[in-house]
Amino acid sequence: MLSQRSILSSSSSSSSASASAATSSSTSPPTSLVGSPEWRAHIPRLLRTLLPAFSLTLLLLAIFVMQPRAMSYFGLNLMLNLAVPIALATIAQMMVIAINDLDLSLGAFISFVACVAATWLNTHPVAGALALLACVGIYALLGALIHLRQLPAIVVTLGMSFVWSGAAILLLPSPGGSAPDWLRTLVSIKTPWVPLAIVASVVLALLVHLLMVRSTLGVRLRGAGGNAQAVAKSGVSLFKARVTLYAFAGVFGVLAGLCLVGLTTSADAGIAMRYTLLSIAGVILGGGEFVGGRIAPIGAVLGALTLVLAGSLLSFIHIAPDWQIGAQGAILIIVLALRTLANRIGARS
Amino acid sequence: MSQHTHTQGLVELCHVSRSFGQVKALSNVTLTIRRGECLGLIGHNGAGKSTLMNILAGTLALDEGDMTFAGQPLGQDYAVNQARALGVRCVFQELSLCPNLSVLENTHIACPEIRGWQWRKQAAAQMTSSLDQIFPGHGIKPQHIVADLSIGQRQMVEIARAFTAVDRPVELVILDEPTSSLDARVAQQLLSFVRRFVEGGGSLVLISHILDEMLSSCDRIAVMQDGHVVEVRQATDYTRDSLVEAMGHAASPTHTQSDVRSNESSVADPTASESMTSGASNAPLRVHQASGPAAHTPVIEARQGQIIGLAGLAGHGQSAFLNKVLMSRQGAGQVAFVAGDRQTEGIFPLWSIAENMAITSLKGLSQYGLIERQKVMAMANQWQHEMGIRTPSVQNPMGSLSGGNQQKVLFARALGASADLILMDDPMRGVDVGTKREVYERIQAEAAKGRTFIWYTTEFEELSYCDHIYVFRDGQAVEGFPLSELSEARVLSSSFEEDVVC
Repeated sequence: MLSQRSILSSSSSSSSASASAATSSSTSPPTSLVGSPEWRAHIPRLLRTLLPAFSLTLLLLAIFVMQPRAMSYFGLNLMLNLAVPIALATIAQMMVIAINDLDLSLGAFISFVACVAATWLNTHPVAGALALLACVGIYALLGALIHLRQLPAIVVTLGMSFVWSGAAILLLPSPGGSAPDWLRTLVSIKTPWVPLAIVASVVLALLVHLLMVRSTLGVRLRGAGGNAQAVAKSGVSLFKARVTLYAFAGVFGVLAGLCLVGLTTSADAGIAMRYTLLSIAGVILGGGEFVGGRIAPIGAVLGALTLVLAGSLLSFIHIAPDWQIGAQGAILIIVLALRTLANRIGARS
Repeated sequence: MSQHTHTQGLVELCHVSRSFGQVKALSNVTLTIRRGECLGLIGHNGAGKSTLMNILAGTLALDEGDMTFAGQPLGQDYAVNQARALGVRCVFQELSLCPNLSVLENTHIACPEIRGWQWRKQAAAQMTSSLDQIFPGHGIKPQHIVADLSIGQRQMVEIARAFTAVDRPVELVILDEPTSSLDARVAQQLLSFVRRFVEGGGSLVLISHILDEMLSSCDRIAVMQDGHVVEVRQATDYTRDSLVEAMGHAASPTHTQSDVRSNESSVADPTASESMTSGASNAPLRVHQASGPAAHTPVIEARQGQIIGLAGLAGHGQSAFLNKVLMSRQGAGQVAFVAGDRQTEGIFPLWSIAENMAITSLKGLSQYGLIERQKVMAMANQWQHEMGIRTPSVQNPMGSLSGGNQQKVLFARALGASADLILMDDPMRGVDVGTKREVYERIQAEAAKGRTFIWYTTEFEELSYCDHIYVFRDGQAVEGFPLSELSEARVLSSSFEEDVVC
């Protein structure tokens, strides 16, 4: 079947080689190399992609059945009131997870930003804005430090969480302060038809999807998380990739803090401490993975919404707030189990 | 290509050298890659092929020497991006695609020139045309995620990606073992494309262990050995046998030969008598290989007191075989393993030397589940003395030792355990000569006491310490012979594929 000789002589080889290729491809069965039908290979991926949307829909249906009045502009607004800052925090966390790191300081950082926004940004807008810009700069520097010294991100960010907490307490020793008026009006805009939280979530998801999935920059950044060596051999700077991702995390962290303080109108030093774990859970719920550069921005936003709504559902079915955190954990485990199941189905087919 | 450029060198390497620490991976290599030719690069493990291709691709800098591209000298700052700009592409042996990205996204990683609003469409079109050209009937869509593709398809993507020209033509492509995970039909598609590419004026460097592939596809073949290019000739001047012979003429053939002789007398004799007596009482370890061309795959057999050598090119299933033996015998606790890749599967760098040694023998060194420190220290001190580990105290952390001494600790760990079967996964990587000699002696002494060794090695000389040698190729032992029949030519010819079997 194989004709090794045909390509040995260089003058006539072109025609004979292509002829042999043509005969070999015509004699062999015309199946594609995948072997099974095209769509079947994509079932697991499809299942995984749709899982966040599916769990959110299920949750919404459950809520609407339990509490039909929630199915209104007002009801949705009330339930999703705090969804946007959590979605922003989840996106920030996703940026760090994209390069196989984990940010344990995110909650403390967002609390600090909220404190800055409730104090300096209100009284000295310019200084406040500069402080927030510096925050983004510090995040970029953290990325540089982690990359250059090859430090474990978990340790560095755990240390930073105490720094941010301390700074927040120095800034605002007791709960108080007040959000700038423009911020308060901005987050309480009444959009027609659907509440602002939903509009903002959709816009956020689509923008980050464009940035991280559709753009060439996003491809390079995710590639750095997927196979760092290969990307480096192609001439992409891993240093730049990590610094960029950390800077993005800083930007979305700042936005989360601003949004949060706009909604709550005042701040305290521990206002967003639980955001660290919520944001990680949101990324994972949304189909992201801790390693391998596998992230899904739309899924991450859906994951954040799921977590927020899970809280509402638990209140509707009269589960005491003491149990809610545990119940949220249970939901997380169930979704992860479902995902493993989807992977198994994929492995079998 | 016009006539005069055809003979001109596209890339010229002049007295190029590159070392890694003590090891000289490339020394004084002078080589020309002409326009419109396919240059074959062949040689045994560690001959310097990979280093050479990394230097060409700009992923490694050269220590000494000069390199010119189309007559222009390349400066010290020659790196990946400049190589790309010149039209030099490289397909590395280890797959270098991002599994989390789609085929077209991976194309962008390698071809950053594809950008702008329509970049997805552009990348998809480039990739499809490249794949269609090289592998007609490939069945790969640019939107597929790489993780979902089979290993062969991934290799096809990687090869096709190297041939996508965006801004400027592709001048030189380096293919390292490109057919290793392709089936015969697809491999043939690639080889005929290689000829078409070369006839179109492109240059290509092909590294392969399949001799017939090299002989039929290359215009010239450069044979490498110990970091030197020892011979460059027209491919038509070579036959299978003369190629093997060219690879096998070791730099110091007399030394190797005498090594074999001297060890034949010292090792083979005592163990031969041993295996006669013990072989009857103690059944030998037999490993039947699962599949393959059943007719000539030998059963690997290790008798008590024997040293079994596993040879062949790196990564052809030797380590996997050791792993299989390890897993199947682990329950009995009668097996110990000496890692070659010290840093990842051998040492605990922060633990003390004593703790590193005792880890596999803890059962005998503890009482009521608590470790008896005196016994550990006694064992550590004894083995420090026996192996000659150079350290002021065995309480020092493992990380404080040199590589050779760390390896001695790993040997002490295996020998100190009660195991009667010891597996060694190329343990002498990066170990100095003095240490090697000491360890070789130790292995022979232990074998004489009745312990069995299975030793995977990439160094030919080490095979001369073994009683029986099996050569691995494509995940299987393809040939086995006793020490008396050992010759470098025999190992080489079994390591390199004879023919594509259909």
